[in-house]
Amino acid sequence: MLDPITRFRERFWKTMVKFDQRSAKRIYIEFRPIDVPEAVRYLTSTLRARFVIMSGVDIPEGIELLYHLSFDGFGKIVTLRTRVNKDSPQIESIAPIIEAASWIEREIAELLGVEFIGHPHPGRLLLAEDWLEGCYPLRSERHKP
Amino acid sequence: MAKTIIPIGPYHPLQEEAEFFQLHVEGEKVVGIDVSIGYNHRGIEKISESLTFDQVPYLVERVCGICSTSHPLAYVQAVEEIGGIQVPERALYLRTIIAEMERLHSHLLWAGLAGHFLGYNTVWMWAWKYREPVLDVLEAVTGNRQNYAFMKVGGIRRDFEKEDIFRIDQILDELKPKIDLLTGAVMDDPVLHARVKGVGILKPEDAYSFGAVGPTARASGIKIDVRRDEPYAAYDRVEWDVITDPAGDVFARVKVRLLELYESVKIIRQCLRDLPGGEISARVKEIPPGEGIGRVEAPRGECFHYVCSDGTNRPVRHKIRAPSYVNVPTCQVTVPGETISDATIILASVDPCYSCTERMQVVDKEKGTTLSGKDLVRLSQEKTALLIKGGHR
Repeated sequence: MLDPITRFRERFWKTMVKFDQRSAKRIYIEFRPIDVPEAVRYLTSTLRARFVIMSGVDIPEGIELLYHLSFDGFGKIVTLRTRVNKDSPQIESIAPIIEAASWIEREIAELLGVEFIGHPHPGRLLLAEDWLEGCYPLRSERHKP
Repeated sequence: MAKTIIPIGPYHPLQEEAEFFQLHVEGEKVVGIDVSIGYNHRGIEKISESLTFDQVPYLVERVCGICSTSHPLAYVQAVEEIGGIQVPERALYLRTIIAEMERLHSHLLWAGLAGHFLGYNTVWMWAWKYREPVLDVLEAVTGNRQNYAFMKVGGIRRDFEKEDIFRIDQILDELKPKIDLLTGAVMDDPVLHARVKGVGILKPEDAYSFGAVGPTARASGIKIDVRRDEPYAAYDRVEWDVITDPAGDVFARVKVRLLELYESVKIIRQCLRDLPGGEISARVKEIPPGEGIGRVEAPRGECFHYVCSDGTNRPVRHKIRAPSYVNVPTCQVTVPGETISDATIILASVDPCYSCTERMQVVDKEKGTTLSGKDLVRLSQEKTALLIKGGHR
């Protein structure tokens, strides 16, 4: 059987922006936001990668979203990387594809202000109900104009 | 029948991982469950951005009082990945020993609490009594019962003395027959079988879609364990087995944890036997720009840390995912369909943290009656007592 990473590469070579294999265990693959859900769907339903978590990072060029998935049998972590615009950060939710993403998308929405379109149960996860609208704790002060 | 909503938690913010469960019940039967978290959100990821790479381990070991070595270990591994740092052999072995000692005391703590919820207060007292010497020896070798401040980027902070090795060996000798006793009691008890077998079943497919990890996933027949899948510390140098059980019920989760105690003892013994000499820490210079991932199999499952560096002396981003973050939501499929008296043990069986299950409140909106958390535990204990009376012994 083909190694899942090779299968993934063969399937998505057209839409992939960048493929970066840092080591035998760590693979970072960059996508445009629009192509992320399909890649996640293929990784989880066809290749049976386990969804681990997402990280959101505030970088000068926008908000970077990292989707970490694990191929446990191979000891590899595949990280899909994408970037959304800071003015209107929006991306399609992957929670309908994989339940495990439900909480973390809500968390990133409130801590970094990214809107996940089509999330089945949006709403507060960690912060108080009366938290200031438009105040995102993980946005970096350093990058303010 | 009228639907009643039963809130559980989060009334004690001092306990870590306070959570709020709302059970939707029809009579005795749970028909739905809502989980709310965030009652104890301390903004650790944000604080981490303001500390230097060397200071962060002290912060992350306070993420959880029980997994106080898993978080720093996962973090230092992530930073070591960024810097390409080679950790000395001796440090890798000592990291393994401390991590497994942590698993021993964590699983014993959990076994005791599970016993208490089920009405076996003797199990509770005994399991905690067996746990105490493990904490004593951790205090002797690291200086603290919890929050050991043992891990650092590049190695460990404190070496073992000869007598430490002897002491750990001795504790393991004493602990082994006690684990036998505990495991024997659980495996042979017909009441316990009647009480938790077939209760709170987590199907492998659900475990996968919720991303469950650790004993929760392994008790549903999913053979995942970071120690085997992506060996860190000295796990690839020792012989041990990944314990799984296909049943997926509460009993399977009890069994997996108890049998893991033996594996931990096995691992520690081999590490003590093969412990190499030499340095305990690598010389670490600056941490270059880059990103790294550290994974550790904490007692509750995979602990995941992502660290991003921009070349300064502090992380630009530090993402932490504790195992309960993915294990707790599984209650959405394991609790509905069961009775209120079983909800306690099902919620406790993923080992979320006792705080959430210990403090519960029942509000019957129709009748306006209120039951306290104690009553819910009592309900669970009474069910066990009924089984005993019913002649299961």
